[in-house]
Parts: sequence; structure tokens; C-alpha cells
Amino acid sequence: MHKRLMSPQRLWLLAGYTAAAVALFCAPLYLSDFRLNLLAKFLAFAIVALGLDLIWGYTGILSLGHGVFFGLGGYAMAMYLKLEASGGRLPDFMDWSGLTALPWFWKPFSSFGFAFAAGILLPALLALVLGYFTFRNRIRGVYFTILTQALVIITVTLFIGQQAYTGGTNGVTGYGKLFGQSLASPETKQTLYWVTVVALIAAYVLCRFLVKSRFGKVLRAIRDGENRVRFIGYNPAVYQMVAFSISAGLAGLAGMLFVLHVGIISPSMMGIVPSIEMVLWVAIGGRGTLVGAALGAILLNSAKSVFSESYPDAWLFFMGALFVIVVVFLPKGAAGLFGQFKWLRKGRTVHEDGDGVSYPAVR
Amino acid sequence: MKMGMESAILQCDEVTVDFDGFKAVQGMSFRLERGELRFLIGPNGAGKTTMLDVICGKVKPTVGKVLFGGKIDITRKKEHQIAELGIGRKFQTPSIFPTLTVFENLEIAMRQNRSVLAALRAKLNAEEQERIAAQLEMIGLQEKAYWRAGGLSHGEKQWLEIGMMLLQEPEILLLDEPVAGMTDNETEKTGELLRTISQTQSIVVVEHDMEFVRNFASKVTVMHEGRLLKEGSMEDVQRDDRVAEVYLGKRRDADAGRSTA
Amino acid sequence: MDVIVLQLFNGISVSSILLLIALGLAITFGLMKVINMAHGELIMIGAYSAYVVQNLFTSYMPSSMFNWYFVAAIPVSFIVAFLMGLLLETTLIRFLYGRPLDSLLATWGIGLMLQQLARTIFGAPNVGVTSPSWLNGGVTIMGDVVLPYKRLFIIALVCLCLFAMYVYIYRSHSGRRMRAVMQNREMAACLGISTRRVDAVTFAIGSGIAGIAGCALTLMGPIGPSIGTYYIVDAFMVVVLGGVGKLVGTVFGAFGIGMSNTLFEYWTTASLGKVLVFLCIVAFLQWRPMGLIAMRSRSLD
Repeated sequence: MHKRLMSPQRLWLLAGYTAAAVALFCAPLYLSDFRLNLLAKFLAFAIVALGLDLIWGYTGILSLGHGVFFGLGGYAMAMYLKLEASGGRLPDFMDWSGLTALPWFWKPFSSFGFAFAAGILLPALLALVLGYFTFRNRIRGVYFTILTQALVIITVTLFIGQQAYTGGTNGVTGYGKLFGQSLASPETKQTLYWVTVVALIAAYVLCRFLVKSRFGKVLRAIRDGENRVRFIGYNPAVYQMVAFSISAGLAGLAGMLFVLHVGIISPSMMGIVPSIEMVLWVAIGGRGTLVGAALGAILLNSAKSVFSESYPDAWLFFMGALFVIVVVFLPKGAAGLFGQFKWLRKGRTVHEDGDGVSYPAVR
Repeated sequence: MKMGMESAILQCDEVTVDFDGFKAVQGMSFRLERGELRFLIGPNGAGKTTMLDVICGKVKPTVGKVLFGGKIDITRKKEHQIAELGIGRKFQTPSIFPTLTVFENLEIAMRQNRSVLAALRAKLNAEEQERIAAQLEMIGLQEKAYWRAGGLSHGEKQWLEIGMMLLQEPEILLLDEPVAGMTDNETEKTGELLRTISQTQSIVVVEHDMEFVRNFASKVTVMHEGRLLKEGSMEDVQRDDRVAEVYLGKRRDADAGRSTA
Repeated sequence: MDVIVLQLFNGISVSSILLLIALGLAITFGLMKVINMAHGELIMIGAYSAYVVQNLFTSYMPSSMFNWYFVAAIPVSFIVAFLMGLLLETTLIRFLYGRPLDSLLATWGIGLMLQQLARTIFGAPNVGVTSPSWLNGGVTIMGDVVLPYKRLFIIALVCLCLFAMYVYIYRSHSGRRMRAVMQNREMAACLGISTRRVDAVTFAIGSGIAGIAGCALTLMGPIGPSIGTYYIVDAFMVVVLGGVGKLVGTVFGAFGIGMSNTLFEYWTTASLGKVLVFLCIVAFLQWRPMGLIAMRSRSLD
């Protein structure tokens, strides 16, 4: 195989990555606290996008349920913060709902370590179980997608319905301190921002490793032809389960960071609309390219915060239209557009993307 | 290189496949020795492809057993387990992974530990690289190793799939119309290749191209309407009245029949 | 006993609405492998059509005629949703055939835009539609169980639609063409069937039925721009459960989900009930991964 160790192309790429990392790390120097906090939130979203790309872009499985995984991570962190803030007493909303003692499943969340682990492992486990019962039976394509959407609905209904345990519609909020530091202070915010940048880079490195490994090649093979993979001797169900689970774990991690930045988690953040919005980030940025997915999340959310502040109604129109445009005209997203441009410059023919590219999009 | 009289590598006993009332295969028995090159022929709808489907696990027989290596009943196994046991299948329409490069197609098809953990740790070592390179040369795709497989021509895809199957190193190769769409030259090359392979592995070929069968078959199994009609050497089969009857009526549209099976 | 009868009746009522909604979905998915997430918004369009018809009657018709507005509203809802469906099909959906996941995303975008459009035209708050007075009240059975006329009317309406669909699909020429395309598109095209036309008409009919469903929903309570989203996921579950390609599957799927939803919610709480239904569906799919009614094929994927 070609070992193009330091071809100019590779050098440029490396330079690009370094520049991006430096720009991210130095953001506190040139962004206001408010903007920095927003950016931190978007970077957390970018982690979700990376995970979603892993399962959708690379494995060809569309999950509309990542809001749930994101939410579970968020709730895990929020439960810890809430218990911290309540200082040994019952959290306020439980009091209002007439509970007299802390429910058993809340108790371990008083430890940060446990909450942190749960924030990643709980979503991963849920995905693993759901994946086991679906992929094993070759429930895939839209069938799987619809099931994930149903998962969103029931989780949201459950969280709203079990008000005493989850805080109902309001979610879990009303906490301000992490390790004794105020979450609202600029210093903490800056630290949390850096933590998020590190988490994002770690997530990127992980996903890149997965994608470049033989595991990643099998994932793409599954996307191209799940049955064919079977006849080579791989069990696609296991690969799909693992990919789905990792993807859910990343969403959980993002959810935890999100709570630290925003200070609230509620069922509305894991509903159908947020879940499908996550898919849009990946679609816009370009499924099947990690950088594209992450950039998609950051760009779309930036656009949203600018646009929806001034025209909240038009934003929904815009988002709807964006979905249609991306799916019909840009199945590979912005990264695909860029890639196409590159192909042309290199004078290569487009037919390499020929008949079989089995994003359902190009068919 | 035949292994004498030990148990057959593959033995199908009284296999029946029922597709919601339509019996595609009825009580078919069939025995494949180690190192045998067997041709499976018969008119359209005779159940040849279904028979291959049964052996590779795509279709579960309603009745009957399929023994691999004399002891393992593979009708209870899943497709990937059967493939792991050592049964490789080439489908009628080339089914490669279009968005992977030719090299990657071969890389994942290569015989290896196929668990998730192994795939995560797998590194392409020198020996594997050499094997893939050799295979690329054999199928004539060295130049296109880094092409996306989807961009290959139909014939090249066929070859790629054959290459993938060889790297899989199965004990039994099941080939469904391997020479369909190939030029005469390529057909000849495929035939030679099958002969070479059959020195170490066993092969079942479903084929409509009688010319090809005549040139390369030692033993032929004829199926008709889901049943075994005749088994023997090509001469035996050609002399058989029933086979002639089944085929004579069909011979005129044998060409039309090539596209389906 | 009374309570159980009432719950069963409610279950049937919920199921019948679900059936009406899922019917169009199942047909479009079976025929063109398109998942139409904007189906919920077609329901919404049907509901608002009924609302507009009601307003027209109050403005321009003598009040003695008001009670008949609903009779006019049903065909109007159908036609409006039918035309909307036709428009959608010709401008967007036809580019997405055979790409279920993409169609899902694109039509979701359409749905979002339609909701926003409704919000712009009719305002964000829910609007009420006054039911005609002849649908108020109910039949009393077994002493004290009251079966509301409205729900009975909806069940009857659904039966009528189902019957019409059955006749259309299995007894008419266009229905035969539709089934032909569903089973083998290439072959049907070779035999001179205009698959484009069949697709467009079928999609429009599915949309029209969603419109009727929306019209029926106005009897159950106030309507708003996002009324469709409440039903759409359940309706999709019906399709998943029932399998694709046969009317019977959809009917069973709708009753399976509608009844279990109602009963589980009665036995537990609304939120736990939903979880149980979901678990049941996943469990059922372990047994029949392709849904109740599945078509077998020999192709590799």
C-alpha cells in the first residue's frame, strides 16, 4: 500500500487541523463570554454529530433517537449537580411532587464519578439493547429509523409523566455549582470550554481511528451491502450494535457537557425535533466525513442562533427548506460539494462515484 | 489431490424448500467430494440457485439436512457462521462493496478473524499485503487497486468478486453463473482458474453456458423442477433421454434463459 | 364490566383513526418505498379545511344549514389534501423513489414548512371546530355505558373509507394497475402501465385519506398546526407492525396498536402504557421481523 508519509496534501491537511485546534483553544481570547458559551454548546453538539455520522454516514443506519441518548447523558450530569445543590436534602421538585425520600436510582448519582460514567454508559447500554433486539433480526432501514423515533416519543412521555422522579416538563434545573465553583463565573465557563474542546478532539480522534480501522471498512461494507457482508463471514449485527452503542455514548458525553454549559436539561431537548435536527447537522456538513459532520453542527447552530433571534418563525421555514435542498440536491452535504470540486480540479472523472454508491441518496 | 474415500465435504439429504406453497426444491440429495469441480445445470426454475442458497444459508430448507464435512448440519447455522466454516458464495449479479476501494474489498474479504475486536486491532501486515497484491495481479486489477469498486465495469466486478472469494479461502466455493457477461477469453481464463482451484478446494458451479460446461466439467448434476434428474459425466448426461427431453424443448430458448435462473 | 366495555370501545375508536392515517402511509411505502413524514401535515390540512368550511358556513349560509357543514367538509378535506398530495408528489416525492431514508428527511422538512405555513395563516393557538348538533350525545347501552355518536360516526366513516379502498385496490382497473406496480415495477412498466401516473394518483389518494382523517379529528377536540405529529409516529408503528403490501396487515397493525395503547394506558399510566406498547412491538418484531404480513423475495437485499 502507498505509504505517502508526508505528501504535500497530507501536510496541508495536518496544517489545517493544527490551525483549527489552535483557533479553538485560543477562542477565549477573542470571543465574549456570551459567544464563548454559545460556541462551547455548539462544540458539544459537534460531538453528537460525530457519533451520528459514525452510525449514519459510515454504517448507513439512520437514528432519529439520538436526542434520547443526548438527554440521558444530560440527565445523568444534571442529577449529580442537583444533588450537589440540594446539599443532602431532597431536590425541590421531588418535594413538590410529594416524595419523602430520595428514590434508589438517584442515590448513586451523588458521586461525580458514577454520574459521569453513567452519562456515557447508560445511553451506550440502551443503544446496545435496542440494537440487539433489532439488528439481530435484520430490522433495518426505515423500520429501524421509525423504531428509534418511537423510542424518542416514549422516553419523552415517560420523563414528562414521571414528574416526581424526573422533574417532568421543567426538567432538572436550579443548580449552579460544580466542585464548589460557580457554573456562571467566567473562569469556570472558560475551563468548561476547554474541557469541551478536549472532549471534541478526543471524540474526533476516536471516530477517526474507528473509521480508518478495518472495523470502519466493515462498517462501510455493511452500508453498501449488509447481506453480502454476511456471506463473507462477518456478523453485521454485532458491528452495527457496537457502532450504534459508541455513537450513543458520544451523544451522552455531549449531553453532559451541554448541561454544564446551559444549566438545564428537560424533555424538550430530547424530543423528536431536536433529534431530527441533529440529523440535519450531519446531512448539511456531509455524511461520511467526520470533519463535515462536526462543522455542520457548529455552522448550523451558529446560523440558528443568529437567524432565530431575529426571525424565529422564518427559521423553521428555513430549516424545513434546508432539509429538502440537502436531501434532494446535496446528498453528500457541504463536504460533498467541496469534494466534488476537488475531483474536478484533479481532472478525475466523476464516474468513480458511479452506479453503486449506496448512500440511498446516489443509488 | 483427492482425499480418497473419506466422508464427503458436503452432503445434502432430501432437501425441500417451500416458498409459501411453491416448492422450489423437492427432496434433492447431492454429494460433493473433496476437491471436486461439480457443475449444476438444468432449465430455468429447476431450483439450482435455490440449492446454492440452501447451502450458503440464505434460504432455510423446509425439510432435509445439509452436512458439512460429514458432521456439521449447517441448516441450523446463520449465514455468517456458514461462511466462517468455509463455504464461499459468488452471486449471479456481482455483489461487491461499491464505495470501498478494490483493495479494501479484498482486504475485508481476506481470511481472518472476523470479530469486532479483531477488526479494531487489525493492521495490514506485509504478508497480507503480498497476498492482496498477488490476488490483484491475478484478477488483473492492480492498476485500479485504489478505485472505488462501484466504478469498475461489469466484468471487472465479476473478477473482483472472484478475487474476494479466493482470498476468503473457503473449502467449498459456490458460483452462480460465473462466466455470464464475460468475453470468450475471460471465460476460458475462468475455466482454467476453476480447474486450478479444484486441486485444493471443492467447487459447485451453476451454469447455463453449455459450451463452458462441456469444456470444463468432469461431473454434472442435472436438476429439473426442483428434483435431481441425472448425475454423471458430461457424456452420460448428454446421452440421457430424459435430459434430452427436458433440454430439447428448451434448447431453442436457452439463450433467452441465460439472463434469469 | 361497564368500564371494560367502554375501554374496548375507546380502543376501537382510537384504532380506527390510526387505521385511517396509516392506510395512506402503508400504500405509499409499499408502492414507492417512500416514507412520507409530511403525512401528519396532510392530516392537519384536512383538519383546517374542515375548519374553513365551518367558517364559510357560519358566514355565508343560513344558520339552519350549519349542521350540514360537516357533510360538506369531508369531501372538501379529501379534495384539498388530495391536491396537496398531488402537488407534493410531482414536485418532490418522485425524485425520492426507492430512497426511504432520504424521503423521510425531505418530507419531514416539508412537514415543518407546512406547519409554519399553518401557523402563519391560522395562528399558533389551537382552534375549535363546533361539531354538528346531530353528533352530540350518544347511545346508552347496558344501562349506563354511553357510546358517543361522534366516535360511532368516526368508526363508521373509517369502515366506509376502508371499504372504498378495498374496492379500489382489489376490484377496480386502476387498483389492479397499482397492485401490479407494487409487485413488479419494471414488469408493469413493460406492460404499458404508466407507473408515473399510478404513483402520483396513489400518493394523492393516500394524502386524501389523511385529509379525511384530519376532518374526523376535528370532532375529537381543538386542532392546531402540529396536530399531525401526535399521530404520525403511532401511524408509522402501525406500518412497521402490520407489514407492507396488504391491506389486512395495516388493519391488524392499527388494531394491535390502538387497542394495546388504550388498554395499557388504562391499566397503568399514560406514560408507562406507551413504554409497554413499545416493548410489545419490539417483542413482536422478534417473532416477525418483517411485520405481520410480509412479501418474500429472492433478491439479495
